[in-house]
Amino acid sequence: MSFISYLKDGINLGSIYAIIALGYTMVYGIAKMLNFAHGDVIMVGAFVILTAITGAGMSPILAVLLSVVFCTVLGVVIEKVAYRPLRKASSNLAVLITAIGVSYLLQNVALLIFGADAKSFVTVINVPSLSLFGGELVIKGITIVTVLTCIVIMVALTLFVQKTKPGRAMQAVSEDRDAAQLMGVNVNATISLTFAIGSGLAAIAGLLLCSAYPTLTPYTGAMPGIKAFVAAVFGGIGSIPGAMVGGILLGIIEIFGKAYISSQVADAIVFAVLIIVLLVKPTGLFGKNIQEKV
Amino acid sequence: MKNKMNKTTKNNFITYGIVIVLFVVVQILSSTGNLSRLLTGLLVPLCVYVIAAVSLNLVVGFSGELSLGHAGFMCVGAYSSALFSHIAADAIPTIPRFILAILVGAAVAGVFGIIIGIPVLRLRGDYLAIVTLAFGEIIKNLINILYVGVDKNGLHVAASSAGIKLEAGGKQILKGALGISGTSTLYKDIKDYFFPIGVVLVLLTLFIVQNLVHSRSGRAIMSTRDNRIAAESVGINVTKYKLLAFTVSAALAGVAGVLYAHNLSMLKVSVFDYNMSILILVYVVLGGIGSLRGSMIAAIILYALPELLRGFSNYRMLIYAIVLIAMMLFNWAPAARNWRSRMMEKIRGGNKKKEAA
Repeated sequence: MSFISYLKDGINLGSIYAIIALGYTMVYGIAKMLNFAHGDVIMVGAFVILTAITGAGMSPILAVLLSVVFCTVLGVVIEKVAYRPLRKASSNLAVLITAIGVSYLLQNVALLIFGADAKSFVTVINVPSLSLFGGELVIKGITIVTVLTCIVIMVALTLFVQKTKPGRAMQAVSEDRDAAQLMGVNVNATISLTFAIGSGLAAIAGLLLCSAYPTLTPYTGAMPGIKAFVAAVFGGIGSIPGAMVGGILLGIIEIFGKAYISSQVADAIVFAVLIIVLLVKPTGLFGKNIQEKV
Repeated sequence: MKNKMNKTTKNNFITYGIVIVLFVVVQILSSTGNLSRLLTGLLVPLCVYVIAAVSLNLVVGFSGELSLGHAGFMCVGAYSSALFSHIAADAIPTIPRFILAILVGAAVAGVFGIIIGIPVLRLRGDYLAIVTLAFGEIIKNLINILYVGVDKNGLHVAASSAGIKLEAGGKQILKGALGISGTSTLYKDIKDYFFPIGVVLVLLTLFIVQNLVHSRSGRAIMSTRDNRIAAESVGINVTKYKLLAFTVSAALAGVAGVLYAHNLSMLKVSVFDYNMSILILVYVVLGGIGSLRGSMIAAIILYALPELLRGFSNYRMLIYAIVLIAMMLFNWAPAARNWRSRMMEKIRGGNKKKEAA
């Protein structure tokens, strides 16, 4: 049964990676930039929930809503202040470095407000565990909630992008920004919307991450952020199902690596798998193969 | 007799000149006792980061590939040279040993550059960036579980501290996550001269990179950056030249790692994480992609900035972050650039009017 229990942990972690990776992949697909600060938005979201519940005594549902709203606004503001001025810059490295600056900024603001000590996260999700096979396999409530949330988000996003007007605008901007603008798509608003959705998802990811691994520091978001970025690339950056599959695979590989090989080299295994996948399929599992034109 | 230097040579010498002038100023300050202990301690790491930034610029600026694994190569250089120094501690006198250690670090890092470069350079753009980041993390993770010891039977390497069966009298050099300790004490005779040595290494790095960039190979490297397809169509072997830039850059990062390792009494692998690679990338981009002098100056200013802000204690990294964002916006945003050029024109225009009057 230990195999299934590891698999279950892997899917739990992987679903969290998948939600974070969705944010990365959407922003990359539409704004063509790596938002290095995305991982730190997760941390901000978790801190908002923690403060709202322990400090202001809000009910968990209200706190989560507040956190989603806060992160959404934060994402839009970051895009507007730090990234938009650089959208037409001659090098796309400029916006990457600015994103790193924003990441430092968020971490250090959190450090000033909350200090460097690890805070233990409150229990927000109270769902009873599911016991299967006469108690041989216990699935924690948080795992069920995480996986369900991940599926719901995935389906909702896919429908949104394919069926609604703003969603189709996103596709158009991602395909060809200038052409989309000429066809009357409001590019700025579309990119803002993308950041809003991505950052709102980050708040949910923060909740799920800290519910599964309940310690919170200003640096909590950094490593999951990088891993989710790896997951997004793994699945083919820019692709929504790719982010989902990449995230879950990555979570499973990481937990299995920790369990069966060595907890110290689990990260190395994750990265090695990424390298192998990219060497075989240079644009990731679900990435589009774009022919280069002269 | 026309004995004028051409423009590039002149430019190169200005860069060397800046290094030498800075070095002389620092020496004067320290001999008159105007340099605090804190600043003195910063000098060698400063050389390390300058070398790292200049070498990364070769990849990012001249071959046009984004590498996020530069710290990995520094790590390889640092560990291989520190191991060499410990193993050869009794066999070779100090100064030749240090020179050999630098060569060992550069060679091993260069070999890693080739090994990693061959698969990595098949990828493009952001995919390449994430794979270099992955390689950096893998190197860090593997060294973290590496144990190396030496006894009279020779060298022992293992993946756990129990696996390393040393005989009595043997000594354990690399202890996994605990790293290598006591490297700097092996060089206590020349420890005070690490800063001048570092400056020499900086000059050497600048010399190598500047000459490479202005050579035939360098122009080939830049052509693969500017237009890969056009470069290919005129018969330039793109992979070969990208690999050349990548390997030279890795070897020089190895040199930075050697200096870093030998300046410390305690070398731990955890410092060589992706944050360090990103930090070096920040120096390169802020200093100006493709400008070696810029990388050097940005590395000096940005490395010293958090240390000089120590007075602000908790706020220093916050200020650093804000300064970083503001500088990027000011330097790169098209709107800010236009505003700057308008301002420059105004100033110039003003001067011209004065001249005319």
